[in-house]
Amino acid sequence: MGILFEDGNFPLFVHGFLKTLELSALSALFALVLGTVLAAFRVSPVPVLRTFGTAWVTVFRNTPLTMLFFAVTFVLPPLDVHFDSFTLAVIALSVYTGSFVCEVLRAGINTVPLGQAEAARSLGMGFGQTLSLVVLPQAARTVLAPMGSVFIALPRNSAIAGGFNVAELFSVQKTLTEKGYAIVAIFVWLALAYLVISFAINAVFSTLERRLAVAR
Amino acid sequence: MSTTRAAASVLYDVPGPKARLRYRLFGALGALGIAALLWYAVSSLADAGQFDADLWSIFQYTTVQQRILDGVLATLEAFALSAVGSLVLGALLAVGRLSDHRPIRAVATAVVQFFRAMPLLIMIFALYQAAFGAHPLWALVIGLTLYNGAVQAEVIRTGINAVPRGQAEAAYALGLRKTQVMAIVLIPQAVRSMLPAIIGQLVVTLKDTSLGYIITYPELLWEMKIIATNSDGYPYIPVVLVGTPIYILLCLALTGLAQWIEARGRRGANRRTTAAA
Repeated sequence: MGILFEDGNFPLFVHGFLKTLELSALSALFALVLGTVLAAFRVSPVPVLRTFGTAWVTVFRNTPLTMLFFAVTFVLPPLDVHFDSFTLAVIALSVYTGSFVCEVLRAGINTVPLGQAEAARSLGMGFGQTLSLVVLPQAARTVLAPMGSVFIALPRNSAIAGGFNVAELFSVQKTLTEKGYAIVAIFVWLALAYLVISFAINAVFSTLERRLAVAR
Repeated sequence: MSTTRAAASVLYDVPGPKARLRYRLFGALGALGIAALLWYAVSSLADAGQFDADLWSIFQYTTVQQRILDGVLATLEAFALSAVGSLVLGALLAVGRLSDHRPIRAVATAVVQFFRAMPLLIMIFALYQAAFGAHPLWALVIGLTLYNGAVQAEVIRTGINAVPRGQAEAAYALGLRKTQVMAIVLIPQAVRSMLPAIIGQLVVTLKDTSLGYIITYPELLWEMKIIATNSDGYPYIPVVLVGTPIYILLCLALTGLAQWIEARGRRGANRRTTAAA
């Protein structure tokens, strides 16, 4: 079990752990922004934008994440778009997760009582104001639980990046396996790292849920 | 669909002449933006010579077509095995979490929580390295079964808890034993009511079979990569443009099945309520 503290493995592991955190945090941020914009598109009064939102979500929710990683890794370089593999991973993860965030938010928008939007409109607010000042803040509070599971899935999904040249926890697993350490021992340490991450996110979301619970 | 439209339209008034003009302007701008985006994508693909006939001609070879077909079949094989496995494991774990015996409950809860929190890829890779180096299919199937089984367990458990209490009470009153109540009264109803969520998770299972790519299991994505690396000019882009729609169609077919079953279920339920009333 002590393999982590032999042979300079500890810096490798810590580096991988931090890379996983960085990748997940950046992708979460972009996914949130992208998902909100897409959700706004999907409920907007402009049919073109609605269709675009629907098409985008349909395509990216039904494409395997591995396929997306494969696509960004092998499609962009021939087109003279050059990013390092970390940026490519952030792109793939944000695009994938963003479409899930969009669907969760849209479900939340549908739970906001009609009176809220009606009251906002009767005060003279337009679509943008109604959505951003009245409906979305309430929708976000009601969907904290499903949003939590989207964002807990994100660090787990980010492991795929290790298969595409990003030095995060999965590539730590590969490196240590190649070095010939016991596979079970490696697995236990990695499991611990991922459990810490997902419990931390879980704790954040349950605190938020408690603080922001809507009394209806 | 009609409910979403109604909920959406509450966000804005019925447009007057000015608003209609504004929406049309936004629509035109949006369409222009999307068209520009598409044009940029297509033109940069064309500039890079990705639409050249010789890059695409590989799809005429029967060997390449055979490879794609083999890939789809391998994907479906892994999916079918892990779908069955995860449903069986899910039902067992759900029953375990609802057991009257504290140790069984504790073990089932621990198993569910652990496998739900672990990245699938880490498990599959560990299984592949530890035991299934020669048979990546089994590493993939076991990994998928463990992870999705844990998720399905939570779905089925929610379903079992949602079955009206009277169902179990009536079954006990008829003299059925605990196992019988669970197996012939509660689980069938739970599965039926949770079918949309269960099939939703099956779509996830189908998508996750593509992780086989990383452990060299020859599923669709792996075959696609082999096609690209073995052909002249490395046609990665044509291969992605062919492979992605296949995955999307497979997933949409499964989602369509879920919606069809849901519609059928509603029809049956309606018939029963009318009969009862």
